[in-house]
Amino acid sequence: MSNPIISLNHIDVTFYQKKRTIEAVKDVSITINRGDVYGIVGYSGAGKSTLVRVINLLQEPTNGSVVVNDETFFQADKETNKKIRIKTTDLRNRRRKIGMIFQHFNLLNERTVTENVAFALQHSKLTPDQKKVKVTELLKLVDLTDRAEQFPSQLSGGQKQRVAIARALANDPEILISDEATSALDPKTTNQILSLLKKLNEELGLTIVLITHEMQAVKEIANKVAVMQDGEIIERGSLLDIFAQPTQQLTKEFIETATNIDKAIATISSQPLVQNLNDNELFIRLSYVGATTDEPLIAGLFRDFQVTANILYGNVEILQNTPVGSLLVILSGTDEQIKAATSTLADHHVEIEILKGGK
Amino acid sequence: MTKWFSDTFPNVVYQGWTGDTGWWTSIVQTFYMTFWSAIFGGILGLVFGIGLIITAPNGIAPNKLLFWFFDKIVSVFRAVPFIILLAFIAPFTKLIVGTQIGTTAALVPLALGVFPFYARQIQVALAEVDSGIVEAAQSVGASFWDIVFGVYLREGRSEIARVSTVTLISLIGLTAMAGAIGAGGLGNMAIAYGYNRFATDTTLVATLLVLIFVLVVQLIGDYLAKKLSHK
Repeated sequence: MSNPIISLNHIDVTFYQKKRTIEAVKDVSITINRGDVYGIVGYSGAGKSTLVRVINLLQEPTNGSVVVNDETFFQADKETNKKIRIKTTDLRNRRRKIGMIFQHFNLLNERTVTENVAFALQHSKLTPDQKKVKVTELLKLVDLTDRAEQFPSQLSGGQKQRVAIARALANDPEILISDEATSALDPKTTNQILSLLKKLNEELGLTIVLITHEMQAVKEIANKVAVMQDGEIIERGSLLDIFAQPTQQLTKEFIETATNIDKAIATISSQPLVQNLNDNELFIRLSYVGATTDEPLIAGLFRDFQVTANILYGNVEILQNTPVGSLLVILSGTDEQIKAATSTLADHHVEIEILKGGK
Repeated sequence: MTKWFSDTFPNVVYQGWTGDTGWWTSIVQTFYMTFWSAIFGGILGLVFGIGLIITAPNGIAPNKLLFWFFDKIVSVFRAVPFIILLAFIAPFTKLIVGTQIGTTAALVPLALGVFPFYARQIQVALAEVDSGIVEAAQSVGASFWDIVFGVYLREGRSEIARVSTVTLISLIGLTAMAGAIGAGGLGNMAIAYGYNRFATDTTLVATLLVLIFVLVVQLIGDYLAKKLSHK
């Protein structure tokens, strides 16, 4: 089922400056399958941008190999000092099949919207008339038909990014690299851009590599996630796995930014209800993924074990059409009752974390 | 009116309109020198300015040796005072235009005098072009020349208009010194026929004419710079 379109193997990117060397990317291997929306998350300086620039060789790696569509773009071996590099003209042709959008849009300021998109078609084999049609179609796709003759300075951030998307799609690429494309936009515009990307992924089968420091963006559209720190991928997996069972501290931090559950725990813990927990009460966090929640588990706790559950806070995310939730609950009942209740919850793959015990 | 003019500015009238030392002749000489040295010096300056940008360590075709070459040539020529350059390259001038004196002979030192200045100005103007735009162009498969012409020169055109104006004005200043090798022009009129002969009125009128020339260049340049910018 896996059908890799991009594979980066043992990529190192080292910058040599006068007195120091900076290892921006350290031995990173990553495989991205056709049709994936692959989110790469990390703080600035983690090496995300450098890593994705390796895909279309805007950044040449110091070591490792780059294979796109089963074609080796680049291969370098530190030990033997041998390098294989795709021919420059071929690279230019391949780059046309790898669209790229940027945080600051990077539009040509002295060209109109139409000219910006047409710039990407300079070397296309289409006739001038076909190019015109193509540009019109692209502008329609990103909903900017009425802005065709305006200059970038006359557009809003979201509109500029849509022009950039139209330009990136001009040569019908199979891959779209998004380098912090929504980071300079407000939340509403961010969502518009993200749903446009999602649509492109679903309708055109476009493979998207999404770099961002916003977990929100990843949560919306990615199916796979890698977390980068100090030039290395510290955790990776499907969106659901990462959200449900993060293992690294940094991953947890990022997820917290999207769910705010830790903040909720802190707030609720300071409330009298939790401060003055009775002996027979237990303040816990329930985390669950997917189907479990179809069953009325909470209601079942009272019915089957006479344990009352007071829900203080709940957060449910729908990721990849699967609910992922966290509940902050106070359970009350006898020791035996609570023990029986929690073991039933565990049987249903609900993760239980005891935040504060009554005794 | 005519009488008042010839009474007030006797030396101006004495110079005449046409003839070797006439006003019209001087104006044409200044135009001629400015125009042609702007063309030659401009092309040379553009080539070096663009060369400095693209061969720089962060340019689109980094090349240490070429960058060093462009950089040093520009620095050395800029360091030589123009009046000395005039004399220093006289043999070279003779080689190219067949003579080392006269208006045409002045074109060689003028072009060589102005090009390093222009090259630095172009370098600064093109450095303003956002490297992100260059990267975006590369990501859609733009070629080397696409980037030079379609990105750098196109995106930088308003700045180029601005620095060209500055350069042209400083070039007009240089043409005044070309009188030293018998190139004529308004500068020479002001010095040789005005200042040296205590004909203050001649100096004044020549200066005014140069000022008008500079002003017109400045106005056209400002207009173009504004018109070409969509930032």
